[in-house]
Amino acid sequence: MIDFGFGVSPSSRINLDSADKEKFNELAIAEPDVLKCMACGSCSASCTAAAFEDTSLRRAILSLQNGLGDDASKLLSHCMLCGKCTMVCPRGINTRHLILSIQKIYSL
Amino acid sequence: MIYLLTTNLQQISPEGIIDRYPNSYNHFVLPFVIGITFILIYLFIGLIRILYHLTGEDRLKLLKSLFNPKTAWKNIKDIFCDCLLHTKIWKRKPLLGYMHSAIAFGWFLLIVVGHIEVWLFAPRHLSGLTEGSLYYPIFYRFFIWINPAHETLRGSVFFFIMDFLLLYVLSGIGLAMFKRVRSIALGMRHTTKPSLADRVALYCLWLIFPLRLLAEGFTADLSGGGFLTRPLNWVFRAFFGNELNFLPTWWAYSICLGLFFVAMPFSRYMHILTEPLLILFRNAGLKVRHPRKGFAEAEIYACSSCGLCLDACPMNVQKKNLKYSSVYFMRFLRRHNKRKTREIAEKCLMCGKCYALCPVGVNSPAIRRAIRETQNNKIQCDYSYLGKYAEKSSENPKSGGKILYFAGCMSHLTPTIIKSVETILKASGQDYEFMDRNEGICCGRPLMLAGRGDAARQTIEANSKIIRNSGCTTLLVSCPICLKIFKEEYSLKGIKVIHYTQFIDSLIKEGKLKVSKSSSAIVYHDPCELGRGCGIYEEPRNVLRAIAELKKASKERDESICCGYSLGTLTLDEKDKAKIAESSVSSLMAENPQEIVTACPMCYRAIRSKAEVPVKDFAEIVCENIENNDKN
Repeated sequence: MIDFGFGVSPSSRINLDSADKEKFNELAIAEPDVLKCMACGSCSASCTAAAFEDTSLRRAILSLQNGLGDDASKLLSHCMLCGKCTMVCPRGINTRHLILSIQKIYSL
Repeated sequence: MIYLLTTNLQQISPEGIIDRYPNSYNHFVLPFVIGITFILIYLFIGLIRILYHLTGEDRLKLLKSLFNPKTAWKNIKDIFCDCLLHTKIWKRKPLLGYMHSAIAFGWFLLIVVGHIEVWLFAPRHLSGLTEGSLYYPIFYRFFIWINPAHETLRGSVFFFIMDFLLLYVLSGIGLAMFKRVRSIALGMRHTTKPSLADRVALYCLWLIFPLRLLAEGFTADLSGGGFLTRPLNWVFRAFFGNELNFLPTWWAYSICLGLFFVAMPFSRYMHILTEPLLILFRNAGLKVRHPRKGFAEAEIYACSSCGLCLDACPMNVQKKNLKYSSVYFMRFLRRHNKRKTREIAEKCLMCGKCYALCPVGVNSPAIRRAIRETQNNKIQCDYSYLGKYAEKSSENPKSGGKILYFAGCMSHLTPTIIKSVETILKASGQDYEFMDRNEGICCGRPLMLAGRGDAARQTIEANSKIIRNSGCTTLLVSCPICLKIFKEEYSLKGIKVIHYTQFIDSLIKEGKLKVSKSSSAIVYHDPCELGRGCGIYEEPRNVLRAIAELKKASKERDESICCGYSLGTLTLDEKDKAKIAESSVSSLMAENPQEIVTACPMCYRAIRSKAEVPVKDFAEIVCENIENNDKN
């Protein structure tokens, strides 16, 4: 892809070829539920930490799918693991373990 | 010189007891001596190891507790009741209690009375190792000859007691063998799969006492015997003639004892020796600091592998999940199997039922949390916003309210609880403030359970600041998960932390809240954190009895089955959780109640998703039954 360098704002283009798929595969083994998400946003709507800081599991999963691991771990760094998202998730995703796994794989 | 002379003369006591062997030794004692020496050395090294791994502070605590008369008395009482009489098992399963105390207490008495007998009749043999004090009392009947013409009443009493005790132990062994075939007859649905060392030790234990009976039976015409051994001797003589062919059975008896002691440290029977140590540690108030060393090691070796936790574990609804029970967890810990222990530690619901029902009192949830700590505590997060929020809330303190109501995250998912609690507070004319009406910080318990203690400390600090600055005297919570951590980890001096079930109970008792009784039949589900976690069983029942007909669940109080959606588990998946919720509901429906009531927002959601009858929260049902109904 050619970058002409004329953009005013930084490019938001995502290059999946350069994304690190290893970590995502590792995550999918540690917590396969990450593949179940349908991005309904129930988790983000009920989030306790979201009242204070920018926190969203839905967006974190979306970022991971787009190969943006850093964004994902930033979005979850304020999480208090209270478990409300587990209770509301219509897909029955084990969100707490998913969050812990993302933090372990992408942040450590 | 004189001493040697007396030994050679084979001192004859007034009762006509003569040492049959001048030096009181026969080769058959060797297996036993080797076994007992091995176990004594092993114990000594093990004890030093465990004490070495304790922190200095804990060692001091332990030392102090030993000299504190109150804990010293408690130690003696606990050791006697738990290790010998097994009162905990008696209370729940009498037949199992009889079985275990017959073997443990019976064996203990056999040893004690045997020593007393030697002390009375052949005291020389207790004086030192050269006199065989290590083995002589055990094989006393082999070494002596009693002149039948000189038998005294005192001697006969001991013959009777020893035979009676042997019968007592044998009845226990008989039950234990029957338990292997049909465990349910003794009240156990599932039993542990024994490991190889367990099997060796188990079969040795089964053989020890019948062999002792045989050996003493063979010798009864020489050593004398009671109502068991003497008739046995007549029968043997009738079959085998008058030959002295008893030496092989004494060999077999000694080999079984020796093998049992050698297999002991690698088998479940190590609990016999470790349990007293665990009791001392527990009464000294020590906590698990490392998942494998120090206190945890004492717990691991004190686990008796009895398998009572298999029946207790809520995950046992699915056979595949039986492997996550505490008994196997302890076994893998003992074998240093890091992969398996981690897997089990993360699967557990942390409902605490195995701990509550454990006859030894092994706190496996604490070890599971310690393992989670090693995995998850290093995760770095940004909690700077907590301090800022606490600062902001403290600037304009929520003044005036003597009662500060903290709903907690989960209650915010079930607004009916919050609404009902507020209605009750208003109806009883209480002055209160709502701590987290719009936003609030998590109590920290979920982080704690996930093994992120350091992170939990930050939320605890922030919340404590807000609570202390609010000027309240009572902190009212509607979520048992919060209640537990507020009680255990927060230092809120002068502030009473109270659950709404306790609060409503006291309101009714003080006459501030009047409720009317309806005719509906209800059942109460004990939430894990409220019941086993904080020991609150009576208060909610008091209130519920006042407002409806209270039915019983098949398992309740400390045996209540977790709703399955506990925050304790990290890896249990949705389907398994649903299965546990179903089993919890079916236990609640034992007496066909019309409604199910619980006092935890998590349980409320979980049970509601599976129950066919209406599910209500505790506050909700109280609210419905307030006299002069004033619901707004």
